[in-house]
Amino acid sequence: MNKYYLNYLDELESEAIYILREVHAQFQNPVILFSGGKDSILVTHLAKKAFYPANIPFALMHVDTGHNFPETIQFRDDLIENLGARLIVGSVQESIDQGRVQEEKGKNATRNALQITTLLDAIESNKVDCAIGGGRRDEEKARAKERFFSHRDDFGQWDPKNQRPELWNLLNGKHFEGEHFRAFPISNWTEMDVWNYIKRENIEIPSLYFAHEREVVLRNGSWIPNSEYLQLEDHEEILTKKIRFRTLGDITITGGIESDADTLEKIALEVSAMRQTERGNRTDDKRSETAMEDRKREGYF
Amino acid sequence: MEINKNQLLRFTTAGSVDDGKSTLIGRLLYDSKSIFEDQLESVSNTSKKKGQEGVDLALFTDGLKDEREQGITIDVAYRYFTTPKRKFIIADTPGHIQYTRNMVTGASTANAAIILIDARNGVIEQTKRHTFIASLLQIPHIIVCINKMDLVDFKEEVYEDIMSQFEEFASKLLIKDVRFIPISALLGDNVVNRSTHMDWYQGAPLLHELENMHISSDINKVDGRFAVQTVIRPQKEGFIDYRGYAGRLASGIYRVGDEVSVLPSGFTSTIKSINAGEEEVQEAFAPMSIAITLTDDIDISRGDMLVKTNNQPETEQEFDVMLCWLNNEPAKPRTKYTLMHTANEQRAMIKKVVYKIDINTYDRITDDDHLAMNDIARVRVRASRRLMIDPYRENRNTGSLILIDESTNETVAAGMIV
Ligand SMILES: Nc1nc2c(ncn2[C@@H]2O[C@H](COP(=O)(O)OP(=O)(O)O)[C@@H](O)[C@H]2O)c(=O)[nH]1
Ligand SMILES: [Mg+2]
Repeated sequence: MNKYYLNYLDELESEAIYILREVHAQFQNPVILFSGGKDSILVTHLAKKAFYPANIPFALMHVDTGHNFPETIQFRDDLIENLGARLIVGSVQESIDQGRVQEEKGKNATRNALQITTLLDAIESNKVDCAIGGGRRDEEKARAKERFFSHRDDFGQWDPKNQRPELWNLLNGKHFEGEHFRAFPISNWTEMDVWNYIKRENIEIPSLYFAHEREVVLRNGSWIPNSEYLQLEDHEEILTKKIRFRTLGDITITGGIESDADTLEKIALEVSAMRQTERGNRTDDKRSETAMEDRKREGYF
Repeated sequence: MEINKNQLLRFTTAGSVDDGKSTLIGRLLYDSKSIFEDQLESVSNTSKKKGQEGVDLALFTDGLKDEREQGITIDVAYRYFTTPKRKFIIADTPGHIQYTRNMVTGASTANAAIILIDARNGVIEQTKRHTFIASLLQIPHIIVCINKMDLVDFKEEVYEDIMSQFEEFASKLLIKDVRFIPISALLGDNVVNRSTHMDWYQGAPLLHELENMHISSDINKVDGRFAVQTVIRPQKEGFIDYRGYAGRLASGIYRVGDEVSVLPSGFTSTIKSINAGEEEVQEAFAPMSIAITLTDDIDISRGDMLVKTNNQPETEQEFDVMLCWLNNEPAKPRTKYTLMHTANEQRAMIKKVVYKIDINTYDRITDDDHLAMNDIARVRVRASRRLMIDPYRENRNTGSLILIDESTNETVAAGMIV
């Protein structure tokens, strides 16, 4: 009987495909929350497998802060064309212009928290009843408690203390009008699993993940890319370094690491030797110990 | 590491408050070098703020704000670590009485349960409760860790005594595989590394057991069960006639050419092709997610089951279930709930409570039919239509169900078909 078992990557893949198919079966209008980062690319790849040979039955929703890496937008548009999928963009700039949110001020200002309003508005106006995310439980301690199917009330809020128990493979996506769900098919994957799988499947990812030369400044121990949004401080100086990004978020807050890893093999090797979590380079999580949980309760990704 | 061979092992931890579950998980992560520097730094800072010496290992798993403030685990938290041999998923579940539902949740998919006992207290009510749940949910492997051995001078008698206490009550339960390990989660004895304080213990440390226990047989490979989640109809060029039945194999092995019966209709056909993603394969086995096409055009939809014609489940409308009540609102007699079973959904009601179980003495109570949070009872369920079921002890996937309250949409009960 020995050949009849799955290795752990195959088992994770099978679990994710199962969850994606449940989303399709249980919801009317699900979307994939697409950030252009490796996790949402992975989810999209898995959705392709789950419904092959049909096209993926989900639109891709991008919450655009306006502070993007240009490479991310290019990648997104190419992928959309490739998949024949529909793109929905929620624009933070529009939310600001419409007075729905106020831009943060000061040197550490980001549009991170503003995304919540834009996201919830986009979910409501597009009548989305399930937003599929690339969140992983190993990313952060508040995420470690997420269910595969995570209920949001009609204010889009998460109540971590009152979650539905999730037993066996039975996923309860029942909800009332106005409420929605978040679904997390790659909950059980770690950063290492993601890289091993991307390597195994040879999945295309944005060039930003590979080591490249870039203008950067050192801030809070990470290399923040130079961009039109960057406000330099007196002591800060722009240098050119060979770096790559471990996660992709806003260009204003995503720090790179110095690296020579310019192939998937080298990245996987590098990640396996890492001594810092990937979010360690994101200033949004460094603000306070419960920064992520506070944002998540309000409706963040 | 050999990705091509490494398996995934899911385990859950159970024990009373303060028995050391969080510390043990922290220790496993720490000693297997699965903790990152920034996590360590953040936990060290919190430990210092609370005036503790050294690093409080429990903080690695106690994730949410309220927990860190109150120092207790309030929900299931998942942790991951990998060794050169296996990938592990830990469901850390709290031990308080009111949170039994979380243990049931964590246990439902686990290959193994670690049951912690404080060496100073021995077997207590909670131990019996957790062991009962582990046996009820048919967790294939149970490891009893007798913790805080450092507080009883690492004495063999204490370990022996607790082991016989455990065996005495556990003999009344259906447990296939139990092993015992004396540990100190705080100091690390017999967790990842062998203890130097307990030469009398001949067995292996905990991690070694987790890395080497045989789990390939935990999934039923004999009875072919495939519930259709959704039907794939591409309606695009090259695939006009394609009609794929998509689902995850609950059990068994399916091959191209196999004769299958479609339930509940009873039509038979032959497997024409099997797809795993884009790839066409000749055979597939549980728990693979696949898409099957048949040689005949049959009307098949979500919830239908494709089974081997010569090995079929029961199709019943009324059956007995061991039910664990998970909600603050007690069960309402003769109320209709939504029942979810595989990819099937029916309305159902609890026709009668056959008996309740006193989870501490394992006695059957026949004169009480009130089902409240954390109650476990054998009940008779009647569904609006027939379901394709197997006994839970033979098949965890086709033997399990949940009940949903239609007025709140909450999952209120977990059931195991008898
Ligand atoms: N002396 C000693 N103390 C321990 C051991 N394991 C845990 N503890 C302590 O017991 C207390 C409760 O541990 P914790 O892991 O939070 O228990 P939980 O409630 O089961 O998660 C903490 O103060 C731990 O430091 C052990 O092996 N020896
Ligand atoms: Mg704890």
